[in-house]
This record gives sequence, structure tokens and C-alpha cells, in this order.
Amino acid sequence: MAVISRGFTGRPRESQPDLPPGQYLTKDFPVLSAGPTPAIDTADWSFVIKTETGKDASWNWEEFNALPKEDVTTDIHCVTRWSKLGTQWRGVSLDTLFENVESSYDYVMVHSYGGYTTNLPLDEILDGQAWIATEFEGEPLTPDHGGPARMLVPHLYFWKSAKWVRGITMQRDDNPGFWEQNGYHTNGDPWREERYW
Amino acid sequence: MTSHLDGNALAGPLSELFRDDMTIATGRCAHCGDVSVLAQALVYDAAPGWAVRCRACGEVLMVIVRTGERMMVDLRGVTALEVPA
Ligand SMILES: [Zn+2]
Repeated sequence: MAVISRGFTGRPRESQPDLPPGQYLTKDFPVLSAGPTPAIDTADWSFVIKTETGKDASWNWEEFNALPKEDVTTDIHCVTRWSKLGTQWRGVSLDTLFENVESSYDYVMVHSYGGYTTNLPLDEILDGQAWIATEFEGEPLTPDHGGPARMLVPHLYFWKSAKWVRGITMQRDDNPGFWEQNGYHTNGDPWREERYW
Repeated sequence: MTSHLDGNALAGPLSELFRDDMTIATGRCAHCGDVSVLAQALVYDAAPGWAVRCRACGEVLMVIVRTGERMMVDLRGVTALEVPA
């Protein structure tokens, strides 16, 4: 939703139609991570899309920032039950990154610096549904929130929006990522409350 | 011909393994080989689950997820879990 809402922390869903089931509003931006925050120098940063053809698409920091960027205002929903409404991001659409990528595979694995992974169907990240974000609320994305660049897939639980992204690998099957291997749902739609297997 | 027992035979050894405070159990990191008691591992709990990392190399030793009704433990990075017999 593109509307900025000024809810109170802990305000229940009944009065908030923008909140998926089992979620509470927060005005903070909790920092969640399965490991230490990696120190990433943008001089060493790259983003690579790997396919079964062996032809990789890759961008260094300069090339990536020369791509067209979009402003995105969206609600985000964490599986740990907080939701944050009307957050503002800027980044490159996955549609732009996949423009010249050819693959017959239907699934992707997102890889991060630090080793984190998360799996998604390709369908869920194209057609204006996902971005690689480099800015949050008008500022460069800070390391604790995934900077220099993170996935933004706001229609799914936020563990799918991997921090510190370094690439996407096409996969034939929907192999599970870090949390998906251990109980978390392979798809993760907050409106259907797809938290766990 | 090779014979085998069914999994019920594990009841004894596994109850011995998980009998005590597991934080004093020793584990070997599958990535770097560091051997230490679990109490020395690094636990990242600000996440949808707990990621337990090796004190030496930082790789994931185990992942613990509670779903409300269930608890899942993934010992992906631990070999040779050891307790006093
Ligand atoms: Zn290690």
C-alpha cells in the first residue's frame, strides 16, 4: 500500500486492514540477522546472475548504480510478527536485471555476503514485485539493514528480502534456502500466513 | 549378509547423549575442525530462529527453529558431538 500510516506500536490488526493476520505494527525497524554484519567495500562488491547456460550477467557497484532505479513505497512484514507500513526504498527492479538473462529454470536461489541464502520462484520476483534496494528513506542503505544492497520482495515475509546480496543463481527445483531448510515456508506469503512448513 | 538393527536401538545411546546440559557437549566444526564445547559457540538469536556459529571460523554449526508447536534442530555444521560416557 502506498499510504503512509501512523499506527502505534502493538496496535492490533482489527483496526488496521493493512496488517496481515498475526502481525503487529511497529514504527522501529528491528535489525534481524543470522550472523555478523559483513563489512562490504563497494569497490569489491558485485552482483551476479548465474544460469545453466554458463553465461553470467554481472555488475560491479558503478555499473549497478548506472542502471535505472525506481522509488518504491511499500509495507513490509517480518515473520517474527512485526509489520512496518509505508517504508520508502530506492533500487533496481529485478525486471531490469533479468532483461538479458536466458534460463529455462523456474526458481532462484538468492545468495548473500556472509553465506545467507533464500529461495524463490522466478514468478515472485519479476513483473514489478522485487528490487535490489540501495537506499532506505532517502539515505544509502546502512550495513545493519543490508547495505550496500539488499533484496526487496515486500509481498512476501521479509526473510525473503535477503540482506547483503551478491547474486542470484537460477535453479531447476525449488531447493530451500537458509531458513526454508529449517521449518520456514518455501513461499512465505504473509496474507496466507505461510510461516512454517 | 550384513545385518542391521532398527532405529529403536538408538533409544539407549541417544538418551545418554541428550541426558545432560548439552552446552557442555563438545562438537567439532565441520568447516574448520575447531573442537569446543557448545557453550563457546556464538549464538545469533535476533532472527527467525537461532543460528549457532563456530567461535573460530564463524560458519554455521547448528540452526534451531521453534514454530510454536514444534522445534527443529539442524546440526549441519557439527561433527563428532561428544559427551562424557
Ligand atoms: Zn569452524
